[in-house]
Amino acid sequence: MSNPQHLQYTKEHEWLTAAEAGVSTVGITKHAADALGDIVYVQLPEVGDTVTAGETCGELESTKSVSDLYSPVTGEVVEVNQDVLDDNALVNSAPFEGGWLFKVKVEATDELLSADEYTALIGG
Amino acid sequence: MSSLRLTALDALHRALGATMTDFAGWDMPLRYGSEREEHLAVRTKAGLFDLSHMGEITVTGPQAGEMLDHALVGFVSALGVLRARYTMICAEDGGILDDLIVYRLREDAFLVVANASNAQLVLDELIARAKGFDAVVTDDRDTYALIAVQGPEATGILAQTTDADLPGLKYYAILPAQVAGREVLLARTGYTGEDGFEIFCHPVDAEPIWQALTAAGEGRGLVPCGLSCRDTLRLEAGMPLYGHELSTDLTPFDAGLGRVVRFDKTTNEGAFIGRKALEQAAAAAETNPPKVLVGLVSEGKRVPRAEYTVVSTDGAPIGRITSGAPSPTLGKPIAMAYVDAAHATPGSTVAVDVRGKHEPVQVVALPFYKRAR
Repeated sequence: MSNPQHLQYTKEHEWLTAAEAGVSTVGITKHAADALGDIVYVQLPEVGDTVTAGETCGELESTKSVSDLYSPVTGEVVEVNQDVLDDNALVNSAPFEGGWLFKVKVEATDELLSADEYTALIGG
Repeated sequence: MSSLRLTALDALHRALGATMTDFAGWDMPLRYGSEREEHLAVRTKAGLFDLSHMGEITVTGPQAGEMLDHALVGFVSALGVLRARYTMICAEDGGILDDLIVYRLREDAFLVVANASNAQLVLDELIARAKGFDAVVTDDRDTYALIAVQGPEATGILAQTTDADLPGLKYYAILPAQVAGREVLLARTGYTGEDGFEIFCHPVDAEPIWQALTAAGEGRGLVPCGLSCRDTLRLEAGMPLYGHELSTDLTPFDAGLGRVVRFDKTTNEGAFIGRKALEQAAAAAETNPPKVLVGLVSEGKRVPRAEYTVVSTDGAPIGRITSGAPSPTLGKPIAMAYVDAAHATPGSTVAVDVRGKHEPVQVVALPFYKRAR
């Protein structure tokens, strides 16, 4: 599996796009989605919420387990992916694309990993 | 990691891209792709499982039946040759040590199949309990690999690999047979709520048998299936899992499975290990009903999981979840739970404490799913 070079990553298996007009998109990696298995419930922050880097901001539930979603950034949520809320399987099928989770007006970021660093972390 | 036991099909699972998991010390396939798709394949077509982690123990000898009557709660010696029975092994205090399938292979030979997590304990107990009987207990865990083919298409698929009389092989029966030209014990048993077969074979024959079944299943929707979907399949079918619905803290009567305890055994003058405690448990269940194992169905999306607390509509704790999962067949979260008898009536509304939030759920009769026959 390849982790797109243009994204940055966290140790908690989230990804983040470079900010465009101050806004970054957040999702979970394919590695994380594969490890979870079929995702059956997604809880995301709401538009207008402030999320904090390194803190939980939602929940992903799969057939077998519940996982906290950690925000890789601090800032105000400006959009959530309604398609994912309607069809949780998008996170499994397209974690780096249609399965993105939310967009944040970035104030600060956590310590982030490059694609190569993240790939090394997951033993890829 | 390296200390995990590998089944004879390990290389094949890896070639199929399985996600593996540590299950009772075995490295087992959890799923090959989507566990939901695997689950639905078993319900509508067929699934192929490696169950080689299960613990096979053989009991032979002139008093093998009497010995098992003494050691287990069932009336094993009354079982017909080539028939099988679901039973349990209990401690002297009536607590469940494991649930088992016992197959009678011959007049003087029985195959006991224990859960992987309890196999050593069951083996040790059977050896100890055989003392004084003309019966020999043999550890056959490494003698057999176990492959299951389950689902409505199972018979049609298996028929292409064997000349065995499949229509004549009844539910809970077993037959020595050839599958893909290999000698096996072919049983019509399973843990999915579907029709299907379990094939006990020599480990070196496991791969050719798996491949032959895979080839026979082409065009019939057969898919390899991992333990993840096996768990949701058995949950929908209302089947208990040791460590969840069954434990040493519970008697068969607590688990609503008092029917497996055969006080009417005629061998050994009716004596068997746990009898006294189980008679008390049976009487107590009559006068003062223990918690009742019920089904719960949620209209929400959050899944009630094992160990979550069940509460009444006014928030008082009334029980606990033993197993829970999103049900692929129902499209809703389901769970099994032990709840106070006063709240066990199907149709009642209760709630589950899902990480601090009380999610309403409906009590339903088990099973959640029963196949059309």
